[in-house]
Amino acid sequence: MNRLFAFLAGILFGVGLIVSGMTDANKVIAFLDVADGWDPTLAFVMVGGIGAHLALFKLITSKDKPWFEDQFFLPTAQDINIKLVVGAALFGIGWGLSGYCPGPALVSVASGAKEPLALVCAMLMGMLIKELAFREKTPQ
Amino acid sequence: MVWSTESVIMAIVGGALIGLAASLLLIATGRIAGISGILGDLLKPSAGDKQWRVLFIFGLFVTGSLGVVFMPEQIQTPQDHSLGAVVAAGLCVGFGTRLGSGCTSGHGICGLTRFSKRSFVAVLTFMATGFITATAIQIFTGGNI
Repeated sequence: MNRLFAFLAGILFGVGLIVSGMTDANKVIAFLDVADGWDPTLAFVMVGGIGAHLALFKLITSKDKPWFEDQFFLPTAQDINIKLVVGAALFGIGWGLSGYCPGPALVSVASGAKEPLALVCAMLMGMLIKELAFREKTPQ
Repeated sequence: MVWSTESVIMAIVGGALIGLAASLLLIATGRIAGISGILGDLLKPSAGDKQWRVLFIFGLFVTGSLGVVFMPEQIQTPQDHSLGAVVAAGLCVGFGTRLGSGCTSGHGICGLTRFSKRSFVAVLTFMATGFITATAIQIFTGGNI
């Protein structure tokens, strides 16, 4: 059942990305580019997203366990380190350069356009390079 | 500033749907809806829980296929961007999100909701470099890269 619900969550997540405007790479660039007629619209995606998730998060995690697993898998890392900052900085550069973060890129691949396909292939390559460069024994 | 009330409402509604999707994944499977983590952990040789990850990503793809038919204006590729720039961006996004343990969803939506200090630092950092990069490209190349 957790597979079915993962699929349903993926669908709903994708609908949210499309409706919100996050899959319009030019709109994302217009949000991040403050020089040429700044469009702040996409800041409201975070307002809606955090608002909805915040309203439900406490309720969900107050349960002993999720519906189809024995435990919640929440991140436990606490330390603010150089990897976190350098990684986030590099991600921001790629995001500002292309207008794509991972979710919208995966949704946009279905359009058949060459840009999102090229971006997703390069993104997978970048992820693989990280795996090979930083082999970690402890789960994150 | 260039924006409309209608697009702001769509941003809030779309954002709320993303938050609901993250909540659905959490209550059903106990997992965080961080796209870079869901995708990137598939590349780990040891990952034993591959099926739900593949199905979540397949869900995104299915939505994209429908979106192209019903809301094509909402799915747009970057104008005046060479494939070289897009590939360079993809490498940065892939490597960076894995090194930094998250992206706009995992840190931006899920992490900030949990009041995670790490996510707060990550969001401030990627927003800053995102703004600087996009603005610098506009200033120095007129958006043609």
